Amino acid sequence: MLDKNGIAKRIAKELEDGYFVNLGIGIPTLVANYIPDHIQVEFQSENGVLGMGPFPFEGEEDADIINAGKQTITTLPGASFFDSAMSFSMIRGKHVDLTILGAMEVAENGDIANWKIPGKMVKGMGGAMDLVASAENIIVAMMHTNRAGESKLLKSCTLPLTGVKCVKKIVTNMAVIEVTDKGFKLIERAPGVSVEDIKKATAGTLIVEGTIPEMEL
Amino acid sequence: MITKTVKGVSDALQGVADNMTLMLGGFGLCGIPENAIAELVRQNVKGLTCISNNAGVDDFGLGLLLQKKQIKKMVSSYVGENEEFERQMLSGELDVELIPQGTLAERCRAAQAGFPAFYTPAGYGTEVGEGKESREFNGKMYILEKAFEADFAFVKAWKGDEAGNLIFKGTARNFNPCMCGAAKITVAEVEELVPAGELDPNQIHIPGIFVQRIFQGKNYEKRIEQRTVRKK
Repeated sequence: MLDKNGIAKRIAKELEDGYFVNLGIGIPTLVANYIPDHIQVEFQSENGVLGMGPFPFEGEEDADIINAGKQTITTLPGASFFDSAMSFSMIRGKHVDLTILGAMEVAENGDIANWKIPGKMVKGMGGAMDLVASAENIIVAMMHTNRAGESKLLKSCTLPLTGVKCVKKIVTNMAVIEVTDKGFKLIERAPGVSVEDIKKATAGTLIVEGTIPEMEL
Repeated sequence: MITKTVKGVSDALQGVADNMTLMLGGFGLCGIPENAIAELVRQNVKGLTCISNNAGVDDFGLGLLLQKKQIKKMVSSYVGENEEFERQMLSGELDVELIPQGTLAERCRAAQAGFPAFYTPAGYGTEVGEGKESREFNGKMYILEKAFEADFAFVKAWKGDEAGNLIFKGTARNFNPCMCGAAKITVAEVEELVPAGELDPNQIHIPGIFVQRIFQGKNYEKRIEQRTVRKK
């Protein structure tokens, strides 16, 4: 079974040279720590920066330079700033190659729910609905089950949706899964996790074809 | 040159009244019109509808207006980090309309650019799309979203000149340029106001035509919400 960093490390292997990537808050943010040395990617933050760098050194933080999580950041050579409308032009216009975000639930048809739990304080969807509605390539980074041990990979979502039929791939602490027309297709197992374990933890249709390899990290 | 300069914040807010709809720039506390917010608090205008990506924190930004119960409705994409906001929302004192961030930006830009409405895929098939006109283009579904209508837009820029031309800094740009010219009256406050001719026309982000009033702001606190650093 993987921890959050393990999930991020596995997702980093999906990055390709020249990709512009938008990282959501939580596990997705950790992906930036595992970019393979031989490729160049650029991170977009929807509040208006492309070419995001690491956190600033102590004493060098600038209140005018933050990411979408409102954290102080730095920029790398080649970076640019822009307004919110242009930022979402990049996203809606499919100029951003890959979106990595967290989820509360994913359905076997690719529906995603990650912004609202009825009865609880709703904080808002931020840019998530724009991102999932537009991105060609969406990877969900999440734990396979919730805190109560219930599957987050469902036949259909029970929570209010963020987007419909949009998720292409899911990387969890247990598995790499592709969303196909026929349901969740198991691609890889996490180290020490059996196909049986994954079947038990997946409420939606799980397609298992042939031998499922263990992830290489 | 048409001069847009006003003496100070109280002149800049002339005409603001109860029950108006205001646009306010900023993302979190970054790039918010601090001076205009302080003056709105001082004037104690009530019943406001505020279009702003976020609602500030308890004791800063739009949180200051919330504390004094001056806001009737918030139109935002994300409203976390504010206990007073949560209290007023749950008690029903405050009306909240949550909309996707890109839609929020584009509804401002549409108002600025003279488009009454536009189609976006964001929110299709979700509760955001309920009751809205939808249409298929090239095999994909979109919903119709309308341009905002607002009385005042309050924006914050880094530098500006007497002609109302604006230059923004870093991610303090965010929604500010989208809101310029998107309301009946746009008020810009700047950290540095210079005579016309001192800013390079090649470097202007927002031309003065979108701005009706500009003033030199003061005492910027620029509070950081999440100070994240690494060790040297």
